[in-house]
Amino acid sequence: MGCSAGGLTALQEVLAQVDARLTQPVIVCCHTGSSDVSLLCELLARHSRLPVEEASERAPVRGGVVHVAPSGYHLLIEPTLRFALSVDAKVAYSRPSIDVLFESVTDAYRGRIVAVLMTGANADGAEGLAYVRAHGGYAVVQDPTTAEAAAMPQAGLDIAGADACVPLNAIAGTLNQLCL
Amino acid sequence: MDIEDIEIELFVRAMQLRHGYDFSGYAPASLKRRVLQLVRTQDVSDISELNRRVLHEEGFLSKVIEGLSVPVSEMFRDPQVFRALRDKVFPVLASYPQINIWQAGCAHGQEIYSLAILLEEAGLYERSQIYATDFNDAALALAQEGIYATRDARDWSRNYQEAGGQRSLSDYYSARYDFIKLDHRLRRNVTFANHNLVTDDVFCEAHLILCRNVLIYFSNPLQDRTLGLFRDSLVRGGFLCLGTRENIDFAPSAVDFTNVDGALRIYQLGGRQTR
Repeated sequence: MGCSAGGLTALQEVLAQVDARLTQPVIVCCHTGSSDVSLLCELLARHSRLPVEEASERAPVRGGVVHVAPSGYHLLIEPTLRFALSVDAKVAYSRPSIDVLFESVTDAYRGRIVAVLMTGANADGAEGLAYVRAHGGYAVVQDPTTAEAAAMPQAGLDIAGADACVPLNAIAGTLNQLCL
Repeated sequence: MDIEDIEIELFVRAMQLRHGYDFSGYAPASLKRRVLQLVRTQDVSDISELNRRVLHEEGFLSKVIEGLSVPVSEMFRDPQVFRALRDKVFPVLASYPQINIWQAGCAHGQEIYSLAILLEEAGLYERSQIYATDFNDAALALAQEGIYATRDARDWSRNYQEAGGQRSLSDYYSARYDFIKLDHRLRRNVTFANHNLVTDDVFCEAHLILCRNVLIYFSNPLQDRTLGLFRDSLVRGGFLCLGTRENIDFAPSAVDFTNVDGALRIYQLGGRQTR
């Protein structure tokens, strides 16, 4: 899941409704200004029905857990399904970049993924979403009219299109349906 | 197997057989991004075309090495780390008549100058010898020049203050138009040298090794091998400083190190007897 401006509230709403029986891993990339995502994790954990943790370098991706990309690093998944970090240049003016995450998760899971692009004020994630769709993944985009910042989901729709474009309050339901 | 993955394996083999550079121990996900980035910047059609040039074109290697090392850093990145070095590590270093510091993977040198400033302010610079190494010659040359964009200097000044700097960062550089140039006196005790963590060996006896956000690009076995290299390069009780999100829990060589500040990834060789 990728988001930026307005992402905290959006993530809280979605994670509050995601089914607690979910066995798939959830990986979140949310641009925050801060140098530490521990507060973000804490704020999400208050609402989420799944445990929320910062993604740890080299640690395995675990099902039923929400992993949050650390601040200042790109988050990638190795073919061994473990997390990797990089401090390579920003992509789409962002690090962590949603594009990087979407592409890497698509490779690691051979396209068997659902990518969700939500509220945000820039275009990060749109290229990644196109990659997801080109490799057999499923793209869910938040209906821009329901987004606190419409630019990100709108760029997603313009560049990649979507398999489902739904309002914020229907994203969790869509995920539950796809994953359970 | 994905065709692109095959091409990357061939790329790694070509670099190894043709030029003696071994990237086989690099973590695949970020290596792939960098190779694809090279395809874009070198304006070739695909990785196979890149491989052809790696094999046949004289002088192409340096472009590839530059593309694969992508050094991105800043001065006093993670200021609290520099503060901890000053408060927890420097007092121990101060007990040595001569202090050897190895910065492994110095990239464009921002961290070298940060460290040099901190040592100056602690009164330890005169007896310090700093080895700044990287496997990318172009990066080493830039590190040696110490010229950076003025637009970065504002953030770096803030970092410097947060790191506990005692003066103003601008005391250490001169500004011209869009560039700042670090005071050359900051490198009077710095030796810049080419060293490849993948293939090269111990070359000094260090009291402190800084290697931040370099091992994140290495697979587990190469990370472990490099930690072993650091262990063998450090004096007993010597310090190791890694990036703040690095994880050495899966490396067997990590047992030789104890935490000085676990959250900031500052370790000490031996130290207490058990980890």
